[in-house]
Amino acid sequence: MKVAVTVNEPDSLAWLERRFARCAYYLIFDSLTKAWRAEANPAVEASSGAGTRAAQFLADHGVEAVISGEYGPKALRALNAAEIKPYSASAAPAEKLFEDLLAGELQEVESGGAARSSGRGA
Amino acid sequence: MTTIAVASGKGGTGKTTIATSLVLSAPELRPVFLDCDVEAPNAHLYLHPHFDKKFVVAIPVPQIDESACSSCGLCTQVCQYNAIAVLGGKVQVFPELCHGCGSCARQCPEGAIQEVDQPVGCVQTGTSPNGQRFGRGLLDIGQAMPVPVIRALKRWQGESSGRLVVRDSPPGTACPMVETLRGADYVLLVTEPTPFGLHDLKLALEVTRMLGLPAGVLVNRSGAGNPGMEEVCQEYGVPVLMRVPLRREFGEALARGLPLVEAFPEFRLRFRELLASILHQIKLERRASRSLEGSEPHDIGLDGDR
Repeated sequence: MKVAVTVNEPDSLAWLERRFARCAYYLIFDSLTKAWRAEANPAVEASSGAGTRAAQFLADHGVEAVISGEYGPKALRALNAAEIKPYSASAAPAEKLFEDLLAGELQEVESGGAARSSGRGA
Repeated sequence: MTTIAVASGKGGTGKTTIATSLVLSAPELRPVFLDCDVEAPNAHLYLHPHFDKKFVVAIPVPQIDESACSSCGLCTQVCQYNAIAVLGGKVQVFPELCHGCGSCARQCPEGAIQEVDQPVGCVQTGTSPNGQRFGRGLLDIGQAMPVPVIRALKRWQGESSGRLVVRDSPPGTACPMVETLRGADYVLLVTEPTPFGLHDLKLALEVTRMLGLPAGVLVNRSGAGNPGMEEVCQEYGVPVLMRVPLRREFGEALARGLPLVEAFPEFRLRFRELLASILHQIKLERRASRSLEGSEPHDIGLDGDR
């Protein structure tokens, strides 16, 4: 299984970025080999629809679970459609969070989310 | 027809105060008032129009025929707004992100995308007791796309020969403000002498410059403090046309729903002078472009000022 963790530096010791679609990188871990690689987030500067773009990106990379802090409602809808499970975690290094997930210690996000829509002037 | 857009950059500088007083000061120009601040229209509080017509504004959003779709993903690549995605082998549409540009439907190799209308707001029109034609756009709650509503409002107004049209712009310098300014003959920028007012005035002047529109500045709450206004106006080659001092009585009248020129009739003459000077500048601009293009004259003028 491939697991993505949202971070701002391409390093397995980088700490979690709490915003799902506005992180600079996704660290994609492989649960079999424990290997990881960093992928730059193409949605980081999207003026709108960062959540859907990011979910599309992770789906294209075959990711099945993602660890972040907060997810917007459209991001959750997109992740749900892509059958990628969103997990919520608090600040910690990416590698530790990946291990926490494998140990079953992280909470899956059910619904809700932060942002409701884009702001004035969209 | 002559169209003046009243804009600001910074919010709360007094756009609506100035725009409503402008139309109230020149009844002989049979003014049309357009409240383009479709996310929070409020000019009706001062002009009290009776709305007698309403029409819905919709944008075309994609609808996927799943039996024809091959999940190729071309639609997701052409969408500039990330409103469409291929997830779990199926195309998902996020209509609240869609700008209705139609790229996905045009590009789909399978012809699997049909466009269906999604309402985003409405336009309401009517007449105020003072005789102005009045139109306003109203964006639906939860919608994030004001521009199509502003466009529909402008289309409703259409060509009004011999009339003065005043468009009250939303604050800021983003798409809704640009759409309000587009096609206008003149932009009156209302600002205030604060650091924030000055900063956003510069942004607004950049927009008018890019659109190639003549502009003038009205300094509201004059005397409130910050220097530097004249220098900025000089830098952009735009005149300071009028100053409205900072006075508690003005705020009190406005809070009671009284337009400035009605609460303080001595302002009427000053607004007529402001309008005369704007109309004169427009005439000069038109003369300059006529000598280039040879278009027909369509100037309007105040009584006793032609």
